[in-house]
Amino acid sequence: MIRNSASEMAAKLAAGETTSVALTQAHLDRITAVDAEVHAFLYLDTEGALAQAAAVDAKRAKGEKLSPLAGVPLALKDVMAQKGIPTTCGSKILEGWRPPYDSTVVAKLKKNDIVILGKTNMDEFAMGSSTENSAYGPTHNPWDLTRIPGGSGGGSSAALAAFEAPLAIGTDTGGSIRQPAAVTGTVGVKPTYGGVSRFGLVAFSSSLDQAGPCARTVLDAALLHEAIAGHDPKDATSINAPVPQVVAAAKSGDVKGMKIGVVKELNGDGYQPGVRARFEESLELLAKAGAEIIEVSAPNFEYALAAYYLIAPSECSSNLARFDAMRYGLRVGDVDGASAESVMNLTREVGFGKEVKRRIILGTYALSSGYYDAYYGSAQKVRTLITQDFSKAFEKADVLVSPTCPTTAFKIGEKANDPLAMYLNDIATIPVNMAGIGGMSLPSGLADEDGLPVGFQIMSPVMKDDRMYSVGAALEAALLTQWGAPLLDKAPIMGGAR
Amino acid sequence: MTLSYDDVIAKYEPVLGLEVHVELNTNSKMFCGCSTVFGAEPNTQTCPVCLALPGALPVVNEKAIESTIKIGLALNCSIAPFSRFARKNYFYPDMPKNFQISQYDEPICVDGYVDVEIETDEGPKKFRVEVERVHMEEDTGKSLHVGGATGRIHGAEYSLLDYNRAGIPLVEIVTKIVPGTGKYAPEVAKAYVAELRDILRALGVSDVKMEQGSLRCDANVSLRLIGAEKLGTRSETKNVNSLRSVERAVRGEMIRHAELLNAGGRVVQETRHFQEDTGLTRSGRSKEQAEDYRYFPEPDLVPVAPDAAWIEQLRATLPERPSIRRKRLQEAWAVPDKEMSAMINADVLDIVEATVLLGSDPTKARSWWLGEISRIANDKDVAIADLAITPHDVAAIVALVNAGELTDKLARQVVEGVIAGEGKPSEVVAKRGIKVVNDDGALMAAIEKVCAEQAETAEKVRAGHLPAAGALIGAVMKETKGQADAAKVRSLLLSHLGQNEG
Ligand SMILES: [Zn+2]
Repeated sequence: MIRNSASEMAAKLAAGETTSVALTQAHLDRITAVDAEVHAFLYLDTEGALAQAAAVDAKRAKGEKLSPLAGVPLALKDVMAQKGIPTTCGSKILEGWRPPYDSTVVAKLKKNDIVILGKTNMDEFAMGSSTENSAYGPTHNPWDLTRIPGGSGGGSSAALAAFEAPLAIGTDTGGSIRQPAAVTGTVGVKPTYGGVSRFGLVAFSSSLDQAGPCARTVLDAALLHEAIAGHDPKDATSINAPVPQVVAAAKSGDVKGMKIGVVKELNGDGYQPGVRARFEESLELLAKAGAEIIEVSAPNFEYALAAYYLIAPSECSSNLARFDAMRYGLRVGDVDGASAESVMNLTREVGFGKEVKRRIILGTYALSSGYYDAYYGSAQKVRTLITQDFSKAFEKADVLVSPTCPTTAFKIGEKANDPLAMYLNDIATIPVNMAGIGGMSLPSGLADEDGLPVGFQIMSPVMKDDRMYSVGAALEAALLTQWGAPLLDKAPIMGGAR
Repeated sequence: MTLSYDDVIAKYEPVLGLEVHVELNTNSKMFCGCSTVFGAEPNTQTCPVCLALPGALPVVNEKAIESTIKIGLALNCSIAPFSRFARKNYFYPDMPKNFQISQYDEPICVDGYVDVEIETDEGPKKFRVEVERVHMEEDTGKSLHVGGATGRIHGAEYSLLDYNRAGIPLVEIVTKIVPGTGKYAPEVAKAYVAELRDILRALGVSDVKMEQGSLRCDANVSLRLIGAEKLGTRSETKNVNSLRSVERAVRGEMIRHAELLNAGGRVVQETRHFQEDTGLTRSGRSKEQAEDYRYFPEPDLVPVAPDAAWIEQLRATLPERPSIRRKRLQEAWAVPDKEMSAMINADVLDIVEATVLLGSDPTKARSWWLGEISRIANDKDVAIADLAITPHDVAAIVALVNAGELTDKLARQVVEGVIAGEGKPSEVVAKRGIKVVNDDGALMAAIEKVCAEQAETAEKVRAGHLPAAGALIGAVMKETKGQADAAKVRSLLLSHLGQNEG
């Protein structure tokens, strides 16, 4: 049962073939069986999940009209505030903090009766591409436990790939949903910026952060997308417009006559041969399905990474200032006679990890007077140029595509001491955040050289998220025909045949 | 060797700059739905947003934007078609986010002015104070430093934090430098703040209570030698909590600067704290090394782009300008210039108008507030507004006098009683047993008693020696515990003794 897709589970629940309590219990059992090795979860809300499941079953028994995913379990990235449930953001500084309120995403999940199993591991404050920066230890890739599951949302992607949950919530600031999806053979979507409320998402970089759905199929992602999206008066940057028809798009999977633009700059040198091979193959399948493949250029993308590493740290240096030991979280050095300042300094020294400190320092510097124009100011200009590149490209193409990442999953520890090499992993995902558009990653097969999953990225214009679902569904269907079974069935350790 | 003020202005020209922070009286805070009511239990008016809990986001209070635009329009500013919030980053425990959401290089209102009129040796003179900008921001929480000698953070045993004030909408109104006021700098500063306060009150956007901190003034003062071009180093005096203090602070800083400069020293660029008791300032934070607030556009908020039609709609609702209102009231009440100025200086105009609107005759209302009540306020060294007497009370007292139920003398006792907290005028009258003895029988009884007791004096009066009546009248008044109308006693006494004043 746990190997089904979320929509298959939902259908079984609707047909009365199983109950949400049974389904939830099955996932809890799976987590108990494998999570010691995978370490996808930071907190398991066994009681809460079962109670929520029982409540959905009761509603169903009464014949109440339920939402499409009612009763299906989900794993929540630990960056989302959930009332009464520990929320750490993978950081020591928030150890023990239980939010007194629900994020809008959580409120919507609850309203849709989606069962929240627990909180998943992540790079501290979503800063990283491997989940190695979690203060609570790394998560392991179910395809190869010695490898990273991507980051920052490695807990969510690993939970999906290890069949610990059929659905998960991620957040994506520079690729934290899409890159983990790519390296674990799962589906991850970063909606248009403002499409899903950020209220209750603990901010890393406010102008880039966006929560989105993670799943094992494109349709599941679409169903979850519709459940969590929509205007929220509590988030001033939330877009006040109807949610794009992503479920309908995922169901139709029609790409006939669509123009698909291949971004010249997001391919070639630096991309692993197996990644390129799978990408080319996917393009052929899309062409066969009736899409027109064209090439587009985005000359300013080469500055995206540099600009991102000025904007994101700048915003994070300010966003993370609130962790000062005064009102919540860790407090260190609070001995008789210690000043507030020394307690704050000690707490931040002990509570933040190396990568977080590195970015706070970077951002503080970039915003300093005398440097602002050269760093933050220039980065904002690059951001405008990238947005213009996208606009021009979208004049020619309905969606844009690229490999999600230059490589497959690397070994845990391999890049831990080389932040630049780590940052390069996000080279193809970052431009999407910079322009605030939508982006999806779905599996396009395994690289021949290492047998690890490769991600295919689809990018769609602002609030045209439905387009990437059409293309994703078409590609997914074509690949499934070719493979004969879902890719995850080929995972040697945690996957395996049904 | 304190310099005299005359010595200071003989040599130096003062240059003013005034920054006024106004707490708006919106029902909810700037970026969340929390209540803004003053004086609630600490930390009861807070939520995830104003406590800066992880994940919480600000949402702009539309009403605050409306109020700020109104202020800008009333101060003759242009309203920016596009303005932005920015983060001002610095660490302080009473600021939950450790950054303040403010406006930086894109404020909502710019380039306005306020005209003020003050009395000079050559008669009334008008000064124009130019407003550089009006911008929105949020207030911080309040720290209470416990233990230690000074109540400051240094030396305190511990500090208590109250976040009720955190996030209350603040509007900052910054003037351009104000040169050319000469010796009238202190008066101009005071008049500007007073005018600003009147304008804000008329707009109804703030409580403008300086003593509660809903209107706070920072006075920047520098001196330069008369005729010099270059501006001197300025000090920034904070904590100026009354109109009188504005004037005192500017005067005090001018003298302090001059003493330093005369002694060959230099003025340190710093914030100074005004001490209400001594009228002096003490050194605060040095600003010699400019603090780096790392301002950047607030990414959690979208730009403010008010609709031009909305701005015009707000412009159309602006109330009467206070200076025009003053002229109107002066005519309506037929008050001479000098009396009008006295009312303005004593800051009783609103209170007198309120009393008149409650039915009191303007002259009587004025004479109560400016006379007896002002005198009591002075004796107690408090502001009139702080006395426990309201326009309702004064109007009620005036009505009682008009109805003949109180004499002026008795009315003064009632005023005292109300101020002493004995209740409303009717309650004071009842409690103190104050009443005009109008009963002729009772008066006659007292008169007969006194005439019998002082038969010799009574005889003198009866014989036509009228000045002797004074002693008898006094005795009758004493007999009736001061509750009789003296004129009536006189007339009854004289006719009793066969005299007629005709
Ligand atoms: Zn609040």
